[in-house]
Amino acid sequence: MLAERHQPCNGNLQINQQEVHKIIDLFDCKRSNLIQILHQLQNVYGFLPIEVLMQVSKKMDVPLSEVTGVVSFYSFFSTQPQGRHTIRVCLGTACYVRGGKKIIEKVQELLQVDLGGTTEDQRFTFEIARCIGACGLAPAVMIDNEVYRQVNSNKLKSILAKYE
Amino acid sequence: MINCTINNKPIRVEKNTTIIEACKNYGIYIPSLCNLDKICNFGTCRMCVVEVEKAKTLQAACVTAVQEGMVIKTNTLKVQKMRKVLYELLLSDHKQQCLSCSRNMTCELQALGRTLGIKESRFNNNESHRKSEVSISITRDMDKCILCRRCISLCNEVQGVGILHAQNRGFDTIISAADEFDLSQTDCIYCGQCTTVCPVGALMETDATEVVKQALNNPNIHTVVQVAPAIRVAIGEEFGYPAGTPVTGKLFSALRDLGFNDIFDTNFAADLTVIEEGTEFLGRIKNAILKGQNQLPMVTSCSPGWIKYCEHNFPDHLHHLSSCKSPHMMLGSLVKSYYANKINVDPRSMFVVSVMPCTAKKFEITRDEMSIDDLHNVDAVLTTRELAALIKEAGIDFTRLPESEADNPLGFSSGAADIFGVTGGVMEAALRTAYELITSRELPFDHLHLKQIEGFDPIKEASITITDPLPAFSYLNNQTLRIAVASGAKNAEVLMKQIKEGTSPYHFIEIMGCPGGCINGGGQPRSKDPLTAQKRLEGLFAEDHRKSIRKSHNNTFVNELYEAFLINPNSHVAHEFLHTHYVRRGKFNEFLND
Repeated sequence: MLAERHQPCNGNLQINQQEVHKIIDLFDCKRSNLIQILHQLQNVYGFLPIEVLMQVSKKMDVPLSEVTGVVSFYSFFSTQPQGRHTIRVCLGTACYVRGGKKIIEKVQELLQVDLGGTTEDQRFTFEIARCIGACGLAPAVMIDNEVYRQVNSNKLKSILAKYE
Repeated sequence: MINCTINNKPIRVEKNTTIIEACKNYGIYIPSLCNLDKICNFGTCRMCVVEVEKAKTLQAACVTAVQEGMVIKTNTLKVQKMRKVLYELLLSDHKQQCLSCSRNMTCELQALGRTLGIKESRFNNNESHRKSEVSISITRDMDKCILCRRCISLCNEVQGVGILHAQNRGFDTIISAADEFDLSQTDCIYCGQCTTVCPVGALMETDATEVVKQALNNPNIHTVVQVAPAIRVAIGEEFGYPAGTPVTGKLFSALRDLGFNDIFDTNFAADLTVIEEGTEFLGRIKNAILKGQNQLPMVTSCSPGWIKYCEHNFPDHLHHLSSCKSPHMMLGSLVKSYYANKINVDPRSMFVVSVMPCTAKKFEITRDEMSIDDLHNVDAVLTTRELAALIKEAGIDFTRLPESEADNPLGFSSGAADIFGVTGGVMEAALRTAYELITSRELPFDHLHLKQIEGFDPIKEASITITDPLPAFSYLNNQTLRIAVASGAKNAEVLMKQIKEGTSPYHFIEIMGCPGGCINGGGQPRSKDPLTAQKRLEGLFAEDHRKSIRKSHNNTFVNELYEAFLINPNSHVAHEFLHTHYVRRGKFNEFLND
């Protein structure tokens, strides 16, 4: 029979243990507060690395599979490092018919990044949004908290240039 | 009590009864692929939809409680049509390789299709593809998974291990370990309980039948087989016998017909375990009383799922585990040393197969500690289900086989060995011997049975006060031995937490990883009848009563083995071949590299 090698999921459990515990305690270490705790942790770390989720699992006595189940269910949680800025191209109905798809192609061409991915220089994370409630401004693009109206491929280059 | 009407019949049920339970009590069949009595009630498959008067939509019978005056119809055209559509939708995302699937003819999805009278499948060609895995014990073919979540209930609610959960969302949903890790990367204990409830072929034991057949057909290999106690009262179910029927004699005949050179019995090693573990326990209690050493309570170590659980969750308390290998590892170890020498066969040309009710045993045989001079003690583990499949494939008519006995010198056993397969049995077997060693009197209970530790309560306890011991055990005079028995990882955790906190009042604890013990192991025939475990238990006790010798220390072959090879219980030789040590793993395997 083949012997199976058992490797740790990921070694370093020491990562920011105290900081993680502090945030969990802010929410009384309660299972029903798991989503808020994860939210807060994502605010601190920018994303939710597996090492942090292991800490959450251990401290809260919730199976790791349940924690990652919650994280992978909600699209606003990310387990990958995020760029310094997030571009969200709106693909709601109005933006879609007014050329949102072309903007997506242009972003991909300019930044060389896949949907959901982050540029190599960590400058941008690229996502789509399903209607940001700015249909009158279609097609709309949101970068961090700023909304850009009636964007076309020509405007895009100068908009992106504003972000370091 | 609540009054309602089901299919125009007035019916009275207890409060908080679900519609599906109410129907079952009155002989009305409601299909379900996810519901498990009192265990799984997520209401995911929706196959149980029924019409409830005044409700806007069809209701899922497994999660809807009966209300006063409710009018329920379970068999209207609307219900039938909806169930068919739901079924077709399930099929649309199910890898339909039915003819080459191991669950062909035992698949609940397949059977339901027949019951519902499905004649078409309109929504095909749009399957999602999910990550599958062949681990050492369990094979997960996730393209067959119908997301019923029964395995999640078993893994979390029943076993408390928490390996499996739904990950992702929508079409990407997969039931898997955290972050889609392989089971081998996690703290999965390989108990295999998930494989006993999967309605389809998504969760199976990892196949060992092929390597066993290769060995059986190789004339240069000397094949040896052994069967665990729990097999003899369960494998009959695969051949149409009622649950719990002991088929020991036919089982040995079947193994002989399959072509194994030697048919041994793990029961023999169970008797041996009683001697080794009992001696170890007496040594520990002596050291505790006379030298104040703290290695009590001692915890049994026969269940490899339980051992792995302990290594992950209580890595600092492994010294409480008995150092005895599990019985089948002891037997494998003896076959490749003592027995190989006796019959003058090179142990390297031997192939030892264990038939086990257990999937964790498949992992256990690969542990580094379970080999001597780079030679594995045991080469392959077949589950009860796998052996039944091999017997069928070989064209052996099990029901018409004659009765026969296991071979000696490693096949004879006492009744105490039979009850190793059920929760409480290892403890009772150990006490039958230990009490007699200490006092030279028989264990003072009716038929040698310690009633307090029988049955399926999660945690059972008993105490025995020693009076008038033999002079060698005078330090035990008027001492009260406190014992506890737990089965299922979740219940074991309760007892281990007491040990961790230093509050455990016990001297000796028996733990089996599966609820109810090996009779309910992850490799046993699947059964949805809640009485099956009880019947298998009764079967094992019947085997115990059938034997002329019912105490391990009276097994003459065990005594001969000591004279010829092992010298004394816990001797240096015994330690080399029959004892082991454990690995600190940690919850996330973080100690493995230490």
